[in-house]
Amino acid sequence: MKPAAIWRTAFLGALVALLEVLCLTGRIDKLTMQPPHQIIIDLLRMLSAGTLNLAILKTLANSFLAFGLAMVTGTAAALVLHRLRAVRDALDPLFATYYAIPVFAFYPLLIILFGLGDTPEIFIGFMLAVVAVIVSVLSGIDRIPRVLLKTARVHQLSTWETARRVTLPCIAPYILTGAKLALAYALIGVIGAEFIMSSSGMGYEISFAYMNFDNATMYPLILLIVLASVGINMVLGRWERLLMVRRGLA
Amino acid sequence: MSPAGRPQVSLRQVEKVFTPPGRKGASVQALGPLDLELFNGEFFAVVGPSGCGKTTLLELVAGLSVATSGDVEFEGRPIAGKILQGVGVVFQEDASFPWLTVTDNIGFGLGKLRLSAEERRDRVESALAMMGLTAFAHSYPAQLSGGMRQRVCIARTLVMQPRLILLDEPFGALDQQTRLLMGDELLNLWRKTGATVFLITHALDEAAMLADRIGVMSARPGCIIDVVETGWPKDRDSRIVQEDRFGTITARLWRSLRAESMRAIGYQGVKA
Repeated sequence: MKPAAIWRTAFLGALVALLEVLCLTGRIDKLTMQPPHQIIIDLLRMLSAGTLNLAILKTLANSFLAFGLAMVTGTAAALVLHRLRAVRDALDPLFATYYAIPVFAFYPLLIILFGLGDTPEIFIGFMLAVVAVIVSVLSGIDRIPRVLLKTARVHQLSTWETARRVTLPCIAPYILTGAKLALAYALIGVIGAEFIMSSSGMGYEISFAYMNFDNATMYPLILLIVLASVGINMVLGRWERLLMVRRGLA
Repeated sequence: MSPAGRPQVSLRQVEKVFTPPGRKGASVQALGPLDLELFNGEFFAVVGPSGCGKTTLLELVAGLSVATSGDVEFEGRPIAGKILQGVGVVFQEDASFPWLTVTDNIGFGLGKLRLSAEERRDRVESALAMMGLTAFAHSYPAQLSGGMRQRVCIARTLVMQPRLILLDEPFGALDQQTRLLMGDELLNLWRKTGATVFLITHALDEAAMLADRIGVMSARPGCIIDVVETGWPKDRDSRIVQEDRFGTITARLWRSLRAESMRAIGYQGVKA
């Protein structure tokens, strides 16, 4: 383990320990928060009972769908935008200010457009995630050494072959950076949408538990979301690091 | 070696003018009018002052760029911005693909040739051996030195068995000793493959040591102002730098180039 990772783990461990002490000593009362060890016990109990498995499955499936759509659409859009200079110049300032737009405010409109159900939630997750992918991939394409593209031409690769064999592998680390951000945004989007108006999913269950002071459900679900996003982010981070090491960049 | 017969590459009255988009009247004539012929199996080097259009000339021959006027032909076929089969290019910059192993880098272009898997493997293995890279077959470029990465790029060109190899200052980033040794390897490969080699370089000694003929380019717009025949035997290596004739060739190149180089950088010279 690298020193930075040791420090990070120690910092998080200290925070959890502090919360544990504050909860156990009554500084944080039981109605506000349970001690971390109790949250873990409740999470295990909840998972083994399987009462919320459907909600968990629905949220994770919708988040991954939004994430996957954002990855495919965002990468393709970036490849096209890179070729259309004028369109890119027109859109660049919009990308910079995109996250100032309250996407959740469009939820009622999305319900009118797509009806009740999962589609508006997936769409919000997609909307939040896609721009992160576009910006990351464009940044990667801008950094492709021209000599590699010339080499592709010398080997008589078509546009499609160049994208598949040179452009995409070359920008893979940037795609992974985009993926890490997109995953977080997709989760936020889907859970946030469920929180507001849905009648199912983890967001809805958290909201319901919050309204009913049901800490034994709310905190374990929040912990589960944190664990899922951190776990997936770690896998993507390791993959990204492997690519960087191979390229002598880490 | 004396050129004879039909040229493999010919450039007739070639000009290249760069016009920046949206800026009327700001065109720059980079090249020409320029005439040049390369013959089968010869080693031709081009030297010239900075910014004289050496790389532009190479890109025209490679088909990576189109001449504004004039004709560029390879084996009687017009090039005109098309990359033709039988032409290989090695660039000055590191063009190895960092996500591929040495083996995969070398075999990168072979998929286009419709070879059997066995033939493909044989070509890659033979190129690895020829370039002394067998022990690094499964390494990634980041694990290699600059000289070795350049050898990977040369090997990637060689496996395609080109009849014309274009080299754009391939040893520009290497130290002098490594350049001499890489020059030996290049001469060795040239003899083994029988391909025509067209080398762009800024180093007069490199051109004098490697080439059968050396074209000297003027300052921009680049034209060939002198062609020097070195008269070296085909079976030569870097030890020829000890010969008197090497000094004579280098001196002639400098005599042709000095005024052009001064013109290129606006240098007036030191008063005696």
